[in-house]
Amino acid sequence: MTKSKIIVSRRTLLKTGLAGVATVAAPTFFIRDAWADDFCNMPKGDTVTFGFNVPQTGAYADEGADELRAYQLAVKHLNGEGDGGMLKTMKPLALKGNGVLGKKVAYVTGDTQTKSDAARASAKRMIEKDGVVMVTGGSSSGVAVAVQSLCHDAGVIFMAGLTHSNDTTGKDKRAYGFRHFFNAYMSGVALGPVLAENYGKDRAAYHLTADYTWGWTQEESIKNATEQLGWKTIKTVRTPLGAGDFSQYITPVVNSGADVLILNHYGKDMINSLTQAVQFGLREKMANGKKFEIVVPLFSELMAQGAGDNIKGILGTANWDWKLTDDATKTFTKSFGAAYGTPPSQAAQTCYVQAILYADACERAGTFNPTEVIKALEGFEFDGLGNGKTLYRAADHQCFKEVLVVKGKANPKDKYDLLEIVKNVPAADVTYDPAIFGGELGSSAAKKCG
Amino acid sequence: MDAILLQIMNGLDKGGAYALIALGLTLVFGTLGVVNFAHGALFMLGAFCAVAMNKFLSYETVVVDPTQLTPWGSPLEIRTPYVQALLGDWGKFLIDYSVPVSILLAIPVMLIISLIMERGLIRFFYKRPHADQILVTFGLAIILQEIVKQFFGANPIPQTAPSAVSGSLAITSAISYPYWRIVYFLFSLGVVAAVMAFLRFTTFGMVVRAGTQDRETVGLLGINIQRRFTIVFGLAGVVAGLAGLMYTPIVPPDYHMGMDFLVLSFVVVVVGGMGSLPGAVLAGFLLGILQSFASMNEVKSILPGIDQIIIYLVAVVILLVRPRGLMGRKGIMES
Repeated sequence: MTKSKIIVSRRTLLKTGLAGVATVAAPTFFIRDAWADDFCNMPKGDTVTFGFNVPQTGAYADEGADELRAYQLAVKHLNGEGDGGMLKTMKPLALKGNGVLGKKVAYVTGDTQTKSDAARASAKRMIEKDGVVMVTGGSSSGVAVAVQSLCHDAGVIFMAGLTHSNDTTGKDKRAYGFRHFFNAYMSGVALGPVLAENYGKDRAAYHLTADYTWGWTQEESIKNATEQLGWKTIKTVRTPLGAGDFSQYITPVVNSGADVLILNHYGKDMINSLTQAVQFGLREKMANGKKFEIVVPLFSELMAQGAGDNIKGILGTANWDWKLTDDATKTFTKSFGAAYGTPPSQAAQTCYVQAILYADACERAGTFNPTEVIKALEGFEFDGLGNGKTLYRAADHQCFKEVLVVKGKANPKDKYDLLEIVKNVPAADVTYDPAIFGGELGSSAAKKCG
Repeated sequence: MDAILLQIMNGLDKGGAYALIALGLTLVFGTLGVVNFAHGALFMLGAFCAVAMNKFLSYETVVVDPTQLTPWGSPLEIRTPYVQALLGDWGKFLIDYSVPVSILLAIPVMLIISLIMERGLIRFFYKRPHADQILVTFGLAIILQEIVKQFFGANPIPQTAPSAVSGSLAITSAISYPYWRIVYFLFSLGVVAAVMAFLRFTTFGMVVRAGTQDRETVGLLGINIQRRFTIVFGLAGVVAGLAGLMYTPIVPPDYHMGMDFLVLSFVVVVVGGMGSLPGAVLAGFLLGILQSFASMNEVKSILPGIDQIIIYLVAVVILLVRPRGLMGRKGIMES
């Protein structure tokens, strides 16, 4: 029997070894960058960056300041710092309090200036220069619609802040955009019956409306809701955003034949228009044999603070209020109050929740790939974030939850105790067919950075 | 009828602001021959004198009361303004009246700022073309705006009228009008009358008027006309500042408010006649009222958006038909 003997020289061994390593490594070498470019701004280091795009100047700057505080608190909680906030109450919860998918959360901020073009420029800078994986924030629907469209085109998820126009998740909805805040349609449906109970069904309304997407859809929704009650609409007048002096718009109301003034204004515009309407004596006026009333369909604690005594007895709706008695609200209010010395506004709550929901969706999806994150958010049902059981509807990326009808408190205990909750309208009552507002989500396929 | 009355009153308070700014603008143009685009910034600086006074008077002492808790579980902070802690009811009164009280601060501050502006920069541009004057004063206005933005932020800061005049006056059974707007109208009339009287009935005013007509001759009489014109510039700054200060309870001031008023006030000056004081006042009130009427629903239903352009339309017509303005001197703007 002959034994075959393979003799391998040291040089041959080295050559063969190197060739083998090169062969095995080659596919990885060629596809490494392809993986990185699968979607825009894939986090590569040990941090993931969120972009907080909020109004730091302009008519909605107060809301923006509170949004930023909420985001900073959310980042702390996501990174396992502080008291954990609503991570302790959210159900179901995939987050572990160690960042997102093991990466610490970092953030950059931008100023939307409450202007669409400035907001888009700021979001673009965050996406292209700062490499954010998600953009969130804003307190204007005009801004939300503009930034949502930009983010969709860039392939970066946009978690809208305070935006109340029907268009955001209606005709202008996008696959990459998600809204937790309620909308003008829901305000109309929730507020209508309460207006009828308080002011009767024979009323003549005069609308002053902020002249941009939110104002238009709110006017339409409230007009439809009140006309269904039997109210007449005397006139609808558009006012420029940030007008400051509304006297020229308020004085024509006096002899218009209206007995209700509906202010479709928000933020400082609402503070100014309501204050000036009261200064012009509208609340003491009698018209058509009835006491003249003012309605502010959307308001918040921040606006109530600015409007002072003028807000007393005024009816409106809110997305959330820090005086709700559920555990999540109490926990968040305690956490926010301890950090900043004031209770959170509804703008703060919706932004905090949006940051947490995005992070949780990444954790559940097991990736930052937006296509998978979108799938994780669509149809997600959750509880323990302050609004009871909530659904992120897949068809339009709109959250459905309870809506609050609120009233300016007659005898507040302190400067934060300004609103009282008149009614909790169940989610089922404000749910609607997504087809009524039209629009298309478009593709949720991942996109490479442009 | 009520609607017409309301629009007239609305026009009067807005016209009051236009008139006061235009008065200063035309005074500076008439004496120094300078087109001052920084004049709106003086209006804004006056408004921020009210903000600064309010912040000063509202500065608080903080006492933590561990026996009381906030809804979020922290010990309650009891905040009391220093002035109130120190002076009791008198302190409360000062805070309540912070807008009128701030006039005492605004007069010297505006005078000093205006004099520095004139001596430090504008005097070097007396003999330069109007385009140079516009460019340099516009730049100055932007610098002043940014300084205010750095100190006070970019957001409007609401100021309240004293509680005694925060309500409204019933004009007829159907309409009422806010007291403070009436106060503002009366204030603007008072300031206009005071400035006119100062220029008409004092020796200083007589010299200034003579200098405006013939600067060289007045100079040959041994009078330092330049010094008097510098004081007139200071006076114009004080008038603009007080106009801005008293306007703060009507529209919350922000760093940009001067620019918003400036453009309209220049139109007022052009319509009234460059260099004409009565013309500026008359045009201020007229255009204020016209703008107010243009915003009536009955008018807007025929001419949508007319309220936004009416003042400029009037200016175009005036420039075409009577370039020297309603009460301008013959020859000015006509060459």
